[in-house]
Amino acid sequence: MDWLFLFEVTLAGIGGGGLYALAGLAFVMIYKATRVVNLAIGEMLMLGAYAFFAFAAGMNWPVPVAIVAAIAVSAVLGGVVERVAIRPMLGESPISVFMVTVGLGSIMVGVVELIWSADQRRLPEFIPNEPIFLGEAFVSPKIFYSFLVAVLLVAVSLAVFRWWRGGVALRATATDQAAAYAMGINVPRVFSLAWILAAALAAVAGIAVGAIGGISSSMGIFGLSVLVVVIVGGLDSVLGALVAGLMIGVLEAWAGAYLGGEYKLLVTFLVLVAVLMVRPYGLFGTQEIERL
Amino acid sequence: MRIATAKESYQLDEALFDSATQRTWAVLLGVALVLYPFLASDYWLYLACLVSIHVASATGLNILTGYTGLVSLGQAAFMGLGAYTVAVLEHYFGTMFLFNLLAGGVVAMLGGIVVGIPSLRVKGLYLAIVTIAASFLAHFLFVNSGFTGGTGGMTVPPAQVFGLALDTSFRIYWLIVPVTVLMVLGAANLFRTRIGRAFIAIRDRDISAEVLGIPLLRYKLLSFGLSSFYAGVAGGLWAYFFRVVTPESFPLIMSIFFLAAIIVGGMGSILGGILGAIFMTMVPEVLRIMVGWLPIEGDTLQYVAPVRTIVFGLLIVGFLIFEPHGLAEVWRRVRRFFHLWPFRN
Amino acid sequence: MATVDPVLRVDGLTLAFGGVKALNGVGFDVRPGSITTVIGPNGAGKTSLFNTISGFYRPQSGSVFFEGRDITRLPAPARARLGLARSFQNIALFRGMSVLDNIKLGRHCQLKTNIFQSLFYLGAARREEMELRADIEARIIDFLEIDHIRHAPVAALPYGLQKRVEMARALAMQPRVLMLDEPVAGMNREETEDMARFILDVNAEWGVTVLMVEHDMGLVMDLSDHVVVLNFGQVIAQGKPAEVQGNPEVVRAYLGSGDVTELRERLRRGRAQAQAAGGANGAAGGNANAGHGVTPRDAHAPAQEGV
Repeated sequence: MDWLFLFEVTLAGIGGGGLYALAGLAFVMIYKATRVVNLAIGEMLMLGAYAFFAFAAGMNWPVPVAIVAAIAVSAVLGGVVERVAIRPMLGESPISVFMVTVGLGSIMVGVVELIWSADQRRLPEFIPNEPIFLGEAFVSPKIFYSFLVAVLLVAVSLAVFRWWRGGVALRATATDQAAAYAMGINVPRVFSLAWILAAALAAVAGIAVGAIGGISSSMGIFGLSVLVVVIVGGLDSVLGALVAGLMIGVLEAWAGAYLGGEYKLLVTFLVLVAVLMVRPYGLFGTQEIERL
Repeated sequence: MRIATAKESYQLDEALFDSATQRTWAVLLGVALVLYPFLASDYWLYLACLVSIHVASATGLNILTGYTGLVSLGQAAFMGLGAYTVAVLEHYFGTMFLFNLLAGGVVAMLGGIVVGIPSLRVKGLYLAIVTIAASFLAHFLFVNSGFTGGTGGMTVPPAQVFGLALDTSFRIYWLIVPVTVLMVLGAANLFRTRIGRAFIAIRDRDISAEVLGIPLLRYKLLSFGLSSFYAGVAGGLWAYFFRVVTPESFPLIMSIFFLAAIIVGGMGSILGGILGAIFMTMVPEVLRIMVGWLPIEGDTLQYVAPVRTIVFGLLIVGFLIFEPHGLAEVWRRVRRFFHLWPFRN
Repeated sequence: MATVDPVLRVDGLTLAFGGVKALNGVGFDVRPGSITTVIGPNGAGKTSLFNTISGFYRPQSGSVFFEGRDITRLPAPARARLGLARSFQNIALFRGMSVLDNIKLGRHCQLKTNIFQSLFYLGAARREEMELRADIEARIIDFLEIDHIRHAPVAALPYGLQKRVEMARALAMQPRVLMLDEPVAGMNREETEDMARFILDVNAEWGVTVLMVEHDMGLVMDLSDHVVVLNFGQVIAQGKPAEVQGNPEVVRAYLGSGDVTELRERLRRGRAQAQAAGGANGAAGGNANAGHGVTPRDAHAPAQEGV
């Protein structure tokens, strides 16, 4: 048994898991505020990555500027999407809104394919190149730095939701809009903010994922793993997204290393089904009580 | 203007085509379907067969998602199961096409029942995601099980009827369309009986359904089974039509296509399933023609695929926001207008 | 009085959610052919009781017997098949269907056609459907006077008619016991009288045993053969309507005090106080409580002294 290899694979898994956690955070933010299950989360990552590509490679802007611009564009798009496609669906069944996000994802993929074609592309290199060593184990620098950024953002969000009174307001708007309105909470503004922030976070994750593995119009498939992460962790739990993200990241890394690349998604989905049978609301999710 | 539609017996009240005008239209449609192959060009025959296959599959999905309320993104995977069953049976056993189609339906049905098992504990959206997982599992099986030809897939010989090979659109029309018509009629009948009503009850309020004695898991599995049987048969027809089956033939986007079809057409309505499938099949064709008109240099065909993807998405979002009951509702409004004409409303 | 076996018996039922006991050792019998009503203040556990009898909640201890058979472990659909029908407090009709389809669903578990017969329709399925339709038209639609809305989508009906359709659906089950959860809630006088008439007819003509939860005391006293009073998850009294009405425990449960004379004295004092306070505060008036002289604190204090 090659322990060093196992350790390296596990580290890579944790690193990748950090990105899952970040994307999961974006998802949870939308769900916590608006109760919407956003199947287009992977495509939102993709848009952020392509925006960065457009600014950094297409227009040759310096990398930090391109990153900020990409996040900004993504955030704006998030706000627009919320206003145009999600807000009109207020009050409709959650399944209808879910299908709207499916449609949105499709639109995003089509737009990317139209402008940039379906080919895979590489992002300009901007992450320092020196290999990182934890003891004897090698960690890819891209994964390492992405992980740091991701965990930082997740930690900040955890703190914000814990101590900021806005966190409770967020939950209020999700569960009962009319009551939240009556409390003086500006519900439309909360909705917009949630989607804007989530889109910004997704952009960061997208840039990182793109930097690691390149970008393509099928990048959105990342979203399926993220979906498993948030379901396992609990749709409205930031902590759940973190724990489940790391867990799924490691499991996928092991599956990929020891079974083969095509087994990664399979293992992820098997975990999904297993968890759902045992805990239908995820590890940390709030249980929904059906009132008879 | 519609006059004198009062019914004089319960039988007439419950009939599928419950007025003289409807019956006339139904007969005309039947005649049109029979005459069509003799009048249509190859291209339009091809389209008719494709539309028919889509109608069959969309009707199946409508049973599960539109009528029973269980959102599924796995319809393409079940079609794949049916298609591969046909391919494998033809390749290794050379069995009769009717048997193969039925077998395809049964294999898909079994797959559907397995996927439906979590549906008691797992609700709504979580179930939809389980169906996505099922799609991936199916794809994995198609690539990795030894006898399905791997990533290259399998070719399918044409269906044989008394020695005659159904290898042109004209010939296979006579297999595909009647099978589809039977499947659609079956579905329409289903919702005039207790089982169909039970499906709708589960969609609307499953707790009340339990109070009335409907065992939820059994009926949900029945719905999954039936709808994937439809998908399996449609997949089998697909295999005999395109004559080649690969793991990439039934991607997740195809499941989204069928979901879009029933949303656009009108969920929970047989007519909706038909209209939606026709509409969604024709959209790429219309797009291809329209993109050809655009004054753009070079090969415009490369734009068709992304534009089609965008249009799919726009249709889903647009119909959900503006016309949630789909084309079937639009059709009903048109009919109401003519019922009352020359009066206004 | 000859003892008849109860058609429904509840025995020592205890139901707890976390630390809260919704039902605490509830037990009573329902005689066949009777109209039994369960009453009690809000939060007494009436709906929890109904949910436990229909099979949605599993009690921590105790049993439910239906026609002598222990159904405590039986799932809800199985209880329905035995002949236990139930309506809901908030209307639980199937909004996507017409009135007729909703009613037909009531008969579901007694129908027989399988999936193959359904897909083919002609033959067995059609025969069954026609028989069902004829039976429903003859016995239920005329009976409940809903023939003018049989094809209407239930979502479009006014509240009172929806409640009637719900009863029609429950009747289509051909039940032995009909459980009605607040059948006249939110109805005006006329609708209440109509519903009362239907309940009596169902009981008399169809021989269906009725078990109701109700707040409308007029209805309860007029219709019931037997009344069971719940408070804080326990049966505090049961018997004929008149007996229960005079029971001091019951009065205390509803009003906070068992002694009627004492209550009257408090009311008189309160009115006197209000007049004095009204002079001091002017037209704007004090708080609502001062007008009645019975604040929550006052209401509970006497209960702690005495009995």
